[in-house]
Amino acid sequence: MDAKEIIARRVAQELKDGFIVNLGIGLPTLVPNYLPLGINITLQSENGFLGLAPLKGSPLPNLVNAGGQPCGIELGGSFFDSATSFALIRGGHVDATVLGGLQVDCHGNLANWMVPGKMVPGMGGAMDLVTGARHVIIAMEHCTKDGGPKVLKQCTLPLTCKGRVHMIVTEMAVFRVADGLVLEELGPGVTVEQVRNCTEADFKVSPSCKQMAI
Amino acid sequence: MGIVQKIISYKEAQQYFKDGMTIMYGGFMGCGTPDGLVRALLEHGARNLTIIGNDTAFPNTGVGPLIVNKRVRRLIASHIGTNPETGRQLIAKELDVDLVPQGTLAERIRCGGAGLGGILTPTGVGTIVEQGKTKLTLDGIDYLLERPLRADMALIKAKRSDRIGNLVYERSARNFNPLMALAADMVIVEVDELVEKGEIDPDIVVTPGALVHKIIIAGRG
Repeated sequence: MDAKEIIARRVAQELKDGFIVNLGIGLPTLVPNYLPLGINITLQSENGFLGLAPLKGSPLPNLVNAGGQPCGIELGGSFFDSATSFALIRGGHVDATVLGGLQVDCHGNLANWMVPGKMVPGMGGAMDLVTGARHVIIAMEHCTKDGGPKVLKQCTLPLTCKGRVHMIVTEMAVFRVADGLVLEELGPGVTVEQVRNCTEADFKVSPSCKQMAI
Repeated sequence: MGIVQKIISYKEAQQYFKDGMTIMYGGFMGCGTPDGLVRALLEHGARNLTIIGNDTAFPNTGVGPLIVNKRVRRLIASHIGTNPETGRQLIAKELDVDLVPQGTLAERIRCGGAGLGGILTPTGVGTIVEQGKTKLTLDGIDYLLERPLRADMALIKAKRSDRIGNLVYERSARNFNPLMALAADMVIVEVDELVEKGEIDPDIVVTPGALVHKIIIAGRG
């Protein structure tokens, strides 16, 4: 099982039956593949619909996901304009959002939208999602490609939001954000010591800390 | 209603384009952008444009070619990551880019069309988005005052129109189009199908024809 699959499988356990969920591009889109049996969720697509589904058969005109790629829509789905889409998002009608992160810190701050002077893609819908979604779950690999920490004492990149992250899921750890970070679970074969070595932020270890059941 | 002839050709649309104007364009990654109108604007040659829309699509779709051909001086958008030329021009300081959270962009355009002086949103509080903006705390929650956006012209795309401009959209191509139809001095729509008055059930009209000034049938002259 690679890191991405571990993360996607663990995040999937956070989603409850009937949840309306918005998934960021990349890793978060793998999550629906691992939903436990009997858990059905509805995916919200920021470009204006509920009921996002994988593409089956040939693409329909004018139906794309938030990455601009052809997709499908569930039976019972609905289309709406961008103001309604973001009223759903900002107004607390989306139960959970799963987003990637460049950096997260122990105050629940997230940075995932720009690297000054290098990469300025824009925030798109990310700032509204982290502001309005009821559960904000960050799904990311524990370290940068160079092995540096991404879970920090304080984000150094421009923030996407201040203090809105509820949970961080990596291949090594599950942290809950509650007045600092609490280590709730460990990845397969990972020790608390290894998590400490790869994490800049301080964290408490939950008395019930256990291995991920994935 | 419906006495004024609204159906025009791309060539006729070009008389309304001017250097330096502010143009809103519908679409999300090009889906729901009136491609024929973008081509007509490109052929017309208008420069120093300010354009307002969600993103700059890809280099060869949506408004991407306007960026690539350097017709734009200022861009107001939420996302530019799929068009590398936009990022290059931003970093080279050839293009002014205001990045706006997508939900805030939608609401600012809605305000511009609805006669509102602004909205209060929690989005962007504690980030660089709040720089230079009025911050208000109401019932213990921090909000940013975000001001309305309007344009000289909106170029929008719909699936179907009747002769007076009542519009119906298709699937995810709706996005910003209905909001922009309210927020510009002149609204030109490109449609796939034109039908007669009465052929669209008033119950399913999304944009009332009263907002639409000119109609172009996609692919025709």
